[in-house]
Amino acid sequence: MKALHDLLMNVKSRFEKGGRFEKFYRTFEAFETFLFVGGNVTNRGSHIRDAIDMKRTMFHVVIALVPVLLFGMWNVGYQHYLATGLDADFIDQFVFGLIKVLPLVIVSYVSGLAIEFLFATIRDHEVNEGFLVTGLLIPLVIPVTTPLWMVAVATVFAVIIGKEVFGGTGMNILNPALLARAFLFFAYPAHLSGDDVWIYTGLSEGQQLIDGFSGATPLAAIAAGEMQNFPSVMEMFLGTIPGSVGETSTLAVLAGALILVATGTGSLRIMLSVVAGGLITGLLFNLFAVNAYMEIPPYYHLIMGGFAFGAVYMATDPVTAAQTGTGKYIYGFLIGVVTILIRVVNPAYPEGMMLAILFMNVFAPLIDHYVVQANIKRRMRRVQQPEAEFVRK
Amino acid sequence: MSKDNNKQREALFSPKNKKLLTNPLGRDNPINVQVLGICSVLAITVQLRTSLVMAISVVAVMGFANVIISLLRKTIPPRIRIIVQLTVIASLVILVDQVLKAYVYDVSRQLSVFVGLIITNCIIMGRLEGFALNNKPWPSFLDGIGNAAGYGWVLLAVGFFRELFGSGTLFGYQVVPDAFYRFGYENNGFMILPPMALITVGIIIWVQRHRDRSLVDIS
Repeated sequence: MKALHDLLMNVKSRFEKGGRFEKFYRTFEAFETFLFVGGNVTNRGSHIRDAIDMKRTMFHVVIALVPVLLFGMWNVGYQHYLATGLDADFIDQFVFGLIKVLPLVIVSYVSGLAIEFLFATIRDHEVNEGFLVTGLLIPLVIPVTTPLWMVAVATVFAVIIGKEVFGGTGMNILNPALLARAFLFFAYPAHLSGDDVWIYTGLSEGQQLIDGFSGATPLAAIAAGEMQNFPSVMEMFLGTIPGSVGETSTLAVLAGALILVATGTGSLRIMLSVVAGGLITGLLFNLFAVNAYMEIPPYYHLIMGGFAFGAVYMATDPVTAAQTGTGKYIYGFLIGVVTILIRVVNPAYPEGMMLAILFMNVFAPLIDHYVVQANIKRRMRRVQQPEAEFVRK
Repeated sequence: MSKDNNKQREALFSPKNKKLLTNPLGRDNPINVQVLGICSVLAITVQLRTSLVMAISVVAVMGFANVIISLLRKTIPPRIRIIVQLTVIASLVILVDQVLKAYVYDVSRQLSVFVGLIITNCIIMGRLEGFALNNKPWPSFLDGIGNAAGYGWVLLAVGFFRELFGSGTLFGYQVVPDAFYRFGYENNGFMILPPMALITVGIIIWVQRHRDRSLVDIS
């Protein structure tokens, strides 16, 4: 550790003003603060400083994503061997998934960080750490079979159009990871929907899939009204079902949620209100069921598809979510409602989580505005009629 | 005419007149700077062919409309000027529509209602109101052609990128080589959808404002 620190300090002068690599100061700075706590000293006014900066906060989210990532890797292998009918033990399944998922993660990080460093150098601001999370979220919300170049294109698009045009991390209106997914969804629909993309089959000569293999996600199966071979509640909860890499396991998502809430990084209000919104809407549809999608028990919605993943990791994004306390309840609740609406009512989209969150991202500032206005109005009334207020109390 | 009048007459392409022609291409662009006429940019730029035909149509309508209104400017009662302008534009649009139907029927079908909607293009009305009603025919003509050309080049630029990435073709001819497709390249379906036209225009605006900082509103 000390040797590394000495090395950094040695080359530092070359990156500072007047040095040979002056232009790359921001790149250097990013690595320096990534490895060590920055040596910033407050020189005006009184501030409280502690070791928590944005890099550390983002790291909490990355840690919270680890259970989902590991489970996703195993599930990729598990589904592969299930579909091909080959025998494999736990290690085989995990290693297979690792080999398939790791390139997605690497491509997403490399392409996204390249853009981040480029903009930081051009605009001369710190390299923002937001991408540490975005870069890991992107491979988790896409099918494992997505071609790598598409991942790169979508990541670059999301970072530039979703974030940099608005001024970088903290200024974006839409969640960049979901924007990348939405881009892929609309640009290359054949790779992001249908029954053939969720499981990596990779057949070689002479091999064939087992009889009765469908590859459809539970959501697609319900949308098509094919309820035979439907996974059990336990399978859906544990996540041994086809789906995007990280979204299948509700259990792993719950473990992540625990970490997010315990570290104070994710908002419990949003998570709970998304679940409440989804459950209530699901229940209402269930009462007046006219198609297969409406007939399923409402809690099925929570364990199928990306509902849990979206509620815990996507909806709680501190930049794009509502900021006020009451606003968070409204924002979360409406995400749940819109998700189920899209799933159940629109036959073209079996999954609605992505579109619901992006939709509510746009509305979050409006919600905040009205919450703040309502608060001002309430307090203004109190100021104008102080006595009346007093008497009533 | 007397000799004095001749002296005062401006040259056809005096610096002032040249500006009328070139300003709308750049720092006074109707789409990039005034953000007018966006609707048709989103609708008809899926292909370069339709973009080109639309651009030419608008140049024709705008050039003539500006001249006609400028000639009539002293006889139009101010209270009914809008309806007179609309009549002039509508007549010209009908002419253009008939010509398109006669010579490029397939493009005319693709443009469908958007040829008719040239009438409601805010750029044309804006120039008639803002320029032709108060200026002589020649400057009005230049102003009309300049603004239509400013509209046209953005249309062509957006159409170029949308057709290239969305369909892999330009003017209907395949330009992305087959080898690309064999290596797994695929056309971007998002490019064909209207939102991508908006984003493309946004990127053009971004690049322009980056190069010309005086366009950035810092008030």
